[in-house]
Amino acid sequence: MFDYAQAAVEGALAAGATYADARVVLRRSQRLSCLNQQIEAMSQDEDGGVGVRALIGSSWGFFATQDLTDAAARAAGQHAADIARASAIVSGPPLRLTDVPVNETHWETPHTEDPFAVPLSGKADLLVAVSAAIQAVKGVSLARANVTFWDTNKWFVSSQGHRISQHVVESGGGMSATAVGEDETQVRSYPQSFGQFETGGYEVIRRFDMPAHATRIGEEAVALLTAPACPAGTTDVILESSQLALQIHESVGHAIELDRILGWEAAYAGTSFLELPNLGSMRYGSELMNITADATLPGALGSFGYDDEGTPAQRVDIVKEGTWVGVLSGRDSAAIAGLPPGGMVRGDGYNRMPMVRMTNVGLLPGDSSLDEMIADTDDGIYMATNRSWSIDDKRLNFQFGCQIAWEIKNGKRGRMLRNPTYTGITPQFWGSLDRVGGEAEWVFWGTPNCGKGQPGQVGHTGHPASPGRFRGVRVGVKG
Amino acid sequence: MSVADDLCARAIELVDGRAEAQATASAGRSSLTRFANSFIHQNVAEDRASLGLTVVVDGRLASASTTSIDDDGIRRFVDATIEAARLRPVDADWPGLSGPAAMPSVDHYDEATAVASPTERAAIVKAFVDAGGELKAAGYCATSNRDYGYANTAGHTASGRDTIATFEGIHQLVPGVSAGLATDASVRLADLDGAAAGAHAAATARAAADPVELEPGDYEVVLQPECVATLLVFLGFDSFNAKAHLEGESCIQLGAVQFDPSVAIWDDVLDGRAVGIGYDAEGTPKRRVDLVTEGVSVGLAHDRRTARKAGTESTGHAIPGGESWGAFPQNLFMAGGDASVDDLIAGVERGLLVSELNYCRILDTKTMVATGLTRNGTFLIENGAVTKPIRGLRFTQSFLGALGPGNVRALGAARYAASNEEEVLHVPSAHLGRWHFTGGAKG
Repeated sequence: MFDYAQAAVEGALAAGATYADARVVLRRSQRLSCLNQQIEAMSQDEDGGVGVRALIGSSWGFFATQDLTDAAARAAGQHAADIARASAIVSGPPLRLTDVPVNETHWETPHTEDPFAVPLSGKADLLVAVSAAIQAVKGVSLARANVTFWDTNKWFVSSQGHRISQHVVESGGGMSATAVGEDETQVRSYPQSFGQFETGGYEVIRRFDMPAHATRIGEEAVALLTAPACPAGTTDVILESSQLALQIHESVGHAIELDRILGWEAAYAGTSFLELPNLGSMRYGSELMNITADATLPGALGSFGYDDEGTPAQRVDIVKEGTWVGVLSGRDSAAIAGLPPGGMVRGDGYNRMPMVRMTNVGLLPGDSSLDEMIADTDDGIYMATNRSWSIDDKRLNFQFGCQIAWEIKNGKRGRMLRNPTYTGITPQFWGSLDRVGGEAEWVFWGTPNCGKGQPGQVGHTGHPASPGRFRGVRVGVKG
Repeated sequence: MSVADDLCARAIELVDGRAEAQATASAGRSSLTRFANSFIHQNVAEDRASLGLTVVVDGRLASASTTSIDDDGIRRFVDATIEAARLRPVDADWPGLSGPAAMPSVDHYDEATAVASPTERAAIVKAFVDAGGELKAAGYCATSNRDYGYANTAGHTASGRDTIATFEGIHQLVPGVSAGLATDASVRLADLDGAAAGAHAAATARAAADPVELEPGDYEVVLQPECVATLLVFLGFDSFNAKAHLEGESCIQLGAVQFDPSVAIWDDVLDGRAVGIGYDAEGTPKRRVDLVTEGVSVGLAHDRRTARKAGTESTGHAIPGGESWGAFPQNLFMAGGDASVDDLIAGVERGLLVSELNYCRILDTKTMVATGLTRNGTFLIENGAVTKPIRGLRFTQSFLGALGPGNVRALGAARYAASNEEEVLHVPSAHLGRWHFTGGAKG
C-alpha cells in the first residue's frame, strides 16, 4: 500500500506541489444496536482508498479516490495540485511547515481480543440480555444497547521521506433506559451518554460489565419522571467524571485548537476566545486546573503512534496550575504561531483532509474524591451523565443538561432531581474549580462523535477526568 | 447504465437466490472550496462510488456498505453480508422488499454544475471576498454530482441523479463579535451570486459594529430564514420522524393544533425548486407529504418498517441506517408570505432581529426545548426599525412552541437557506411573538 501513497505524492510533486503527503486508509466498522430485546440494526461498513494533500502557495489542495492503482493514485496527486493551484485566484500568505523527524516505522494499538473475531451471535446475545434486564424494570419504555468497533489500517508517505504504517483498533458501546411520561422523557445511560469508547479490542466491552448496571439505570430513569425539578439559582456543583470530560471537550479542547485560534474555522465551528499573545500568561482556571493533551495514554480513544502528518504522538501541557500554556497544532498552524508541532492532525478516513483534532485532552487528577467533595459541601448539586450540550463559537458561553442530579445538603447526598442544567462562562467557571478527584476515580472517557470541518469530519477524542467541584454555578435554566 | 446502476445489478446477481436482498449505490464527485481570513486555504475534492446491501436470510437481516467495488471486492462483500445475517436473531419487524413501482419524474441535475471546476468555485469565492472590502471573510463554496441506483430481488429497480451547489460565507468586522452571514443553494452553480451574498454579509457585519449587551428575557423576534431552517431541521429529525413517534419520543400529536394557523410545512422532492432524487433507500417513490396544514399536525415521515407498524404506507423517506434512526423528511418546505424582512421588522415594537441560531441542542424531544446561541448578526428592533447591534445571546426555547398557536405574528417570503446543521431548506423569515433568551456574554 505504501506504493500507492508514494505514487500519489509523486503525482502531486510532478504537477508542481512544493510539498505533498498521502495516506492509504482501509477502515472497517461493525455496529449492532438493540431496542427492547430486538436487534434493530446490524451493519458492517468498510471504506478504503488514497487521499493526497498538495501544498502550493497559501492553500492545500486535496483529492481522494478509492481506486487503488498506480495510475489512479498518481492522477489523484495531480488533481490535488491542480486544485491547490486554483486557490491562487483568492490567495494569501505562503504556508510553511515546521520541521518534524522523518520516520519509517509501524505502530499498532495494544489490544488482546480482536473485536471482529468475536462472533456476531455473542455480541447480539449480550445486547439482548442487557436490554431484557433494563426492560424488566416496570415503567421503562425503551431499553437500548449497542456496540461499535473500528479497525483502521493506514499507510502514510510524505515528500520529505516519511513512510509510516499504523493499525488502530477501537471498541465501545453502552446502554440506556428511557421512561416516557405524559409531557417529558427521562433517560439514563451507562457507562456514559452514547456509550464509552476506547482504543483496544473486545476486552473493552467485557470490562464495562453492562449487565451489572442494567437494573439500576432502568430504576433511575423511571424515578426521574416523578423527581422534583432541579431548582433555579446559583449553587455549588459537583460534576461526575464523564460530564466533566465533556465540559473539558467543549470549553477547553475546542478552544485550544490552533486552527480555530487562527480563524480557519471561523465560518462554521467558530473561533476561540484565546489569543496567541496571551499564551503563557492568561489565567484559564484555578490552580487545581492542570490540562494535558496526551496522545500516548494506553487505551484512551485519542491515542495513536503518529498523527496524519507523520508527527510522533506526544504529551503537551495545555493548562498548568490554571495558566494557559499550550495549544493543539499541526505543522502548518504551528509554523504560523512559531510553536513546535503538536502532532495533533488527523483525517476522518482516506477521503477527508487531515486537520487539527483533539488527542486525549484531559484534566489531571487531584487529591480529593467524590465522597470527600460531597461531605465537604453544605449546599449544592451533584450532576451526572450528559444529556445536552451547547457552547458559543468562541467557546465561552456554555450550557449543559445532565441526565440526573442529586441535592447535597450538609455534606449528604439527598433527593434525586430531574432535568438538571448548568450554565457559565469558560474562564470564570474553571476559575471556580476547588476540588478534583484523585487517580482512583480518573477515567479515560472517549468521545466518538466530534464533528468539525467542511466537508464534515467525525473525530475520535479522549478526555481523562475525575469528578470535580465548582463553586457558585448558575443551575436550573429552563425553557 | 450508470456506475451506480451497474453496482446494484452486480450485487443482486451475486446474491444468486441465497437471500432476499436490496442494493443501493451512488457514484460521483464532491468538491468544496473553503476560505478563511479572506483567502482560500483548503480546497478539496473526491471521486467516490459506494455500494450498500441489505440481505435477509430466513428473517435474519444484515446491512453493509463498501467502497471496494471491483469484482472480487463485491463478491467477498456479498458473501460476508449473507454470512453475517445468518448469525443474528430473526428480525421480527422486517417489512419485506418494495415491489416494482412507477417512479416520479425527478431530475434535479445540471450538467455545468456536475463538471464545475475549482476555478469556477474560486470565482464565486472571490466575488464574495471582494464585496467585503477590508472585512475578513470565511466560508465555502461546494458542488457535487451523483448518480444513484437501486435494485432488489423482488425485481424492483430505480435510478436517479442530482447536482447541488451550496455557498455559505461570513464577513467579519471583529471576528466572533461583529459579523454577517449569507447562504445560498441551488441545483445550478450558476444560480449562486457571490457578489450579492458578499454585499449582504458585509452590510450585516458593518451594521453589527460595537454591539451592546442586552438583558436576557422574553423578546419578540424576527428570524431570518437560516434560523427557521434550523428549527425545521430539528423538528424534522426528532418530531416528524415516525419511529420517534411510535416510540413515544416525538412531540407530534397527529390531528392536534400544535402550530400557529399560518404554519404549513411539507416535504416534496417533486417541487421544481427542490434538490435530491425521486426515491428513498428502500426504493419507495417519493411524493409530497404534508406535515402541518393550517397549524394542525397531519403527517409523519415513514419508511417501510414504521409504516408496517403504524398500519400505513411508506412515504418514501427511508435512509441508510433507518432501522436505528427512523425516517425523516429531507426536502422540507415551509410556506411563506409576500413580506420582506424589513416589512416584518416594521411590525415589531421592541424585539430582536436574529440572523443565525448556532450550536442548538434539544434538551427533551418530547417538549423540543432547545438551547443555543445567536450569532453573525443580532440586532435590537425598536418601533419598527433596527436601532443597534446586540452581542450574541443564549436561548432556552421550545422549537415547537416557537411556531405554536398565536406565536407567529407574520411570515416573510420563503427562499432556500442553509441551517446551521448543514441542511438546506426552503423556508421563510418569521416574526414570532416570544422567544426565551436565558443568557448573554456574562453567562
